[in-house]
Amino acid sequence: MSQQQTTNCITLRGSAQIICEYLKFAINSVLFQRGLYPPETFKTEQQYGITLLMSEDPLIKSFLTNLLTQSEEWILNKKVTKLSLVIINVANKEVLECWDFNVQYEDGDVALSKEKNETVGSKELKKIQQEIREVMLQVAATISYLPLLDCRCSFDVLVHAKPHCDIPEKWAEAEPISIPNAQNVQLKTFSTSLHKMETVVSYKLAD
Amino acid sequence: MDGPITRGPLQRWAKKTTNENINPSLSASFKNVSNANLSSCNQSMQKLSISANQSCNNSVLSSSKTPTRNENKKGKKTPSKNKSPGRSTTPTPNKASKTPNKADRFIPSRSNSNYDLCHYMMSRDEEKGEEVVTQTAASEAIGRALTDTEPGRLLQYTCKAPAAPEGYQNRLRVVYSQAKVPSSVKNTTRYIPQAPDRILDAPDILDDYYLNLVDWSASNILAVALGNSVYLWNAGTGQIEQLLTLEGSETVCSVSWVQGGGTHLAVGTSTATVELWDCEKIKRLRLMDGHTGRVGSLAWNMYIVSSGARDGNIVHHDVRQREHALATINAHSQEICGLKWSPDGKYLASGGNDNLLNIWPIVQGQHYTQPQYLYSFNQHLAAVKGLAWCPWSAGILASGGGTADRTIRIWNVNTGANLNTVDTKSQEKENRKKREVRFWIHPILEKREEYGAFHTLVKNQLREDEDKFYNYFRMQKTTFDNLLQKLSQELKHQDTFMRESISPAERLAVTLRYLATGDTFTDLYYSYRIGIKTISCIVCSIVWSTHYKELISGHGYANNQLVIWKYPLMTRVAELTGHVARVLHLALSPDGTTVLSAGADETLRLWKCFMLDPSKKKEPTDSKAAKSLLNINTSMR
Repeated sequence: MSQQQTTNCITLRGSAQIICEYLKFAINSVLFQRGLYPPETFKTEQQYGITLLMSEDPLIKSFLTNLLTQSEEWILNKKVTKLSLVIINVANKEVLECWDFNVQYEDGDVALSKEKNETVGSKELKKIQQEIREVMLQVAATISYLPLLDCRCSFDVLVHAKPHCDIPEKWAEAEPISIPNAQNVQLKTFSTSLHKMETVVSYKLAD
Repeated sequence: MDGPITRGPLQRWAKKTTNENINPSLSASFKNVSNANLSSCNQSMQKLSISANQSCNNSVLSSSKTPTRNENKKGKKTPSKNKSPGRSTTPTPNKASKTPNKADRFIPSRSNSNYDLCHYMMSRDEEKGEEVVTQTAASEAIGRALTDTEPGRLLQYTCKAPAAPEGYQNRLRVVYSQAKVPSSVKNTTRYIPQAPDRILDAPDILDDYYLNLVDWSASNILAVALGNSVYLWNAGTGQIEQLLTLEGSETVCSVSWVQGGGTHLAVGTSTATVELWDCEKIKRLRLMDGHTGRVGSLAWNMYIVSSGARDGNIVHHDVRQREHALATINAHSQEICGLKWSPDGKYLASGGNDNLLNIWPIVQGQHYTQPQYLYSFNQHLAAVKGLAWCPWSAGILASGGGTADRTIRIWNVNTGANLNTVDTKSQEKENRKKREVRFWIHPILEKREEYGAFHTLVKNQLREDEDKFYNYFRMQKTTFDNLLQKLSQELKHQDTFMRESISPAERLAVTLRYLATGDTFTDLYYSYRIGIKTISCIVCSIVWSTHYKELISGHGYANNQLVIWKYPLMTRVAELTGHVARVLHLALSPDGTTVLSAGADETLRLWKCFMLDPSKKKEPTDSKAAKSLLNINTSMR
């Protein structure tokens, strides 16, 4: 009995790590699948039982690392409600596409949490990864309906934080973005039993 | 008119608006009041409402802006505007003229109502309504921005990720555009007809990537599933026969001929069954179940027919036995869309919507597979449908992924190695390679560096004489250098092993000379010793704006875009993309607002990129060089 508990115990930090790991792979997948950067700058990596492509560009890598380490901290402290991956046309700064990653906080396994004296979840890691895999497959499949990004693009990640959140160094407040005539598609959700992640892509509907 | 009477109808109308919804049946029954009476009533009503408005505006809203206009609007426009989109016939409270139509018997106590105030409140509501309408429109435009205004902070990391490299083109274009015959095919020496030999009509064929609706038998009969029917087309005689039609909404999801030119056809259906048909007698031999989802793929191995279905299972049916299901394998987590037995019958390859390609070894001495896969390849990035075993080399399998993948991979299932990966999206690259290889240099052109005008004249002597330089290019030396510096990145071409590329300076020189003189390409060909085709690629792709201190350049391979530059800073103002092949020509409209670009994609595109801002009517003071260039440019054809 006790052994079973230890195997299926996810702490808040572990859950935040899973979320940020998902974000890392999801963002990289989007960058690759949407053709933002040359495909030769990506390298395959096995994750969640599927092959995913990760950018090898040192600048992108460091950007994501910095972003996600900070985000993990925020998610841990329940400061973040949403992360938005924004794809921008370099030439006219127009927002072409936005991937919203909504973070919802869940209670996990209440009984187990009481026992352990900290908030923990009891969802099987395998099950979580299976759920993430399904989202990833959906991300890859989005290119069949998303419009071609026919220009030089860049991306940015905006963090929707709670009002009382402190702004760390090298961070700044951002302007809200908008996509005119946007179409939203919600992908599958997954949950670590402590965090629920909802992925939504909104894109400009072709005229 | 005296007070009480003017108030009467107004008050009734005002009251009625609140009661309108309560007794519609009642109001309907009163529609048959005499018309003459009504119209007169209407008139007085309108007048009254306007006067009431006026008094309101004067007394209460004395500070409101442009009262006359407002009032006009209120009298005529507001009612129609306030109507919900589309001219609905439902009675709206604001339609003053219509209200008497539905006069009811409700008689309120007039003594304790302040009608002026009531009316004012109502008309103010109208105003507000209008505001709300515009506001919602605005909010729709802002869209997501509004949802983001929920309490919270929007943060960004200030060290941004880099943009895509300059000149990088999204190669997904191939996915979005209809691919023509890959050029690699054209490179073969034999003749390949580009047009289909014959076209068969296939109405109602299901547009579904996951199904396998066509199979050609060894006896030259094509089985095609169209909707709920299967047709047999004899490719030799052209004879068409209908094999079967399923009932109701059932559809045929897969067809597969038995090996070796037999007449038996396996048919997978949307109701999760596999049917076996004798196509000579047009007779169904048996019906085999075992799945819970539609059967989208079938494969024969001797007397075994293996079926893959949406439930992710593979079932091996022995068509001879009463208990046909020999084994059920939980093969994939999602729909199976590809299933192929190797020619030697040793392996079964299955591809699924879970992006996996699994290889199943055969059970010793049997013709169906073990329940445990030999290899599971997860390198594909999309559903694996296309599977083909190499007919001459045992154990070599080719697999193709879906849209997101665009690769063909070659596997050796004996070793589990991925022998080769072919990137099907590299069509453009191949095209370009071909062009480079075909490059052939005329002796005249070969001597470019010795005798070409750029090398003999421009590079050395002309630069020493400022006046002559200006005369030659209509541009000062510093301007030229500045321009060159800004443009060189755009003009730079890569050297290849066949030729040295023409330097940016030389390209710019030809361009400017062309613009300054209006020389034909042929003239430039001889003086600069650059091929006409090359010149036509370089030249004609810069146009100056007559209204702004800007110039626009057209580009070829890579982005095929037009770039607008701020002059003389030479900063990018905008990039116009849209051409699918290089931009060959640019022209400015007579009024200077529109640029026409002609691309090699056989399109002419008009870009209204120099539209005049009415507030900035005054003529911009162009630099001398720019002006002179511009004059010459416009005087050219």
